[in-house]
Amino acid sequence: MNAAFYLAAAVAVIATVLTITRTSAVHALLYLVVSLLAVAVVFYVLGAPFAAALEVIVYAGAIIVLFVFVVMMLNLGEAAAAEERRWIAPRYWIGPAALSALLAAELCYLYVSGAAQPSGGAVRPTVVGAALFGPYLLAVELASMLLLAGLVGAYHIGRHLFADGAARAGPDGPRGE
Amino acid sequence: MASVSPSQALLLAMILFALGLAGVLARRNLVFLLMSIEIMLNAAGLAFVVAGSRWHQPDGQILFILVLTLAASEVAVGLALILRIHQRNASLDADAAAKLKG
Repeated sequence: MNAAFYLAAAVAVIATVLTITRTSAVHALLYLVVSLLAVAVVFYVLGAPFAAALEVIVYAGAIIVLFVFVVMMLNLGEAAAAEERRWIAPRYWIGPAALSALLAAELCYLYVSGAAQPSGGAVRPTVVGAALFGPYLLAVELASMLLLAGLVGAYHIGRHLFADGAARAGPDGPRGE
Repeated sequence: MASVSPSQALLLAMILFALGLAGVLARRNLVFLLMSIEIMLNAAGLAFVVAGSRWHQPDGQILFILVLTLAASEVAVGLALILRIHQRNASLDADAAAKLKG
C-alpha cells in the first residue's frame, strides 16, 4: 500500500509541475487531469473511496470539461483547425498518456494482487452519507445555495456574450417603457 | 501491510498546495491562474481527507465534498468572467484586466 501511495504521489507532483509550466492551455489541462486522477488514487489508498469517486466524477469530469469548453471557445477563429492538427502529434499527448498508463497499471496491480482493501480500515460511503444527511444537513443546504448562486452568477455574467446588441437591450427594455 | 502515514500524505498536500501557489504567483494568463487555484483547492481537500482517514471519521470526506462544491461554483463564475474579459480586452493577460471600469 505504501508503494502505491508513493507512486500515485509522484505522478501527482510530476503532473502538477508540468501543469503550471506548460505554455499551451490544452496541454496544461491534459496534465491537470492526470494530476487529479493521481490524487483520486491517493484518496483510495488512504481509505476514502467515496472521495476518490467524487474526485474522478466532479473534478476530472465536470470541472475539466468546463475548462476544455472555455479554452476551445477562446481559440475559435484563429486557424483553430491547423493548430488542432499540430496538437495531435504524439509528442504532445505522450507525456499525459504515459503518466495515466502508470496510474492504470497501479490500479490493475492493486486489483489483481488483492491489496485493493485500503489499509487501516476504510471510511465507507454509507457512513459518509449518513453523516451528510444527519449532523451536516445544514452544510448540505448551504452548499446547494452556493451552487445555485454560482449558477445564477455564471448565467448573469455570460448572458451578453454572444448576442451583443440584441440581448443587451433585453433586460433594460421593459424597465424603460 | 503497512498503512500510509498521515504525515507523508500531508506532505503531499503541502507540495501540491505550494505548486498551485507558485502557479498563481508566476503565471499571468487568467486560465492558468484559475487552474492553479483549482490545484490549491484540491490540495486543501486532500488535507481534509487525510485528517478524516487518520481519525477514521467521515467528517474529512464531507468537508472535501463542500470544497468540491466551492470549486465547482468558483470555476463556473471564474470562467464566465474570463470569457467576458477576453471579449472586452482580446487578451487573457491578468494585467490587462486591471482596469475594470471603462
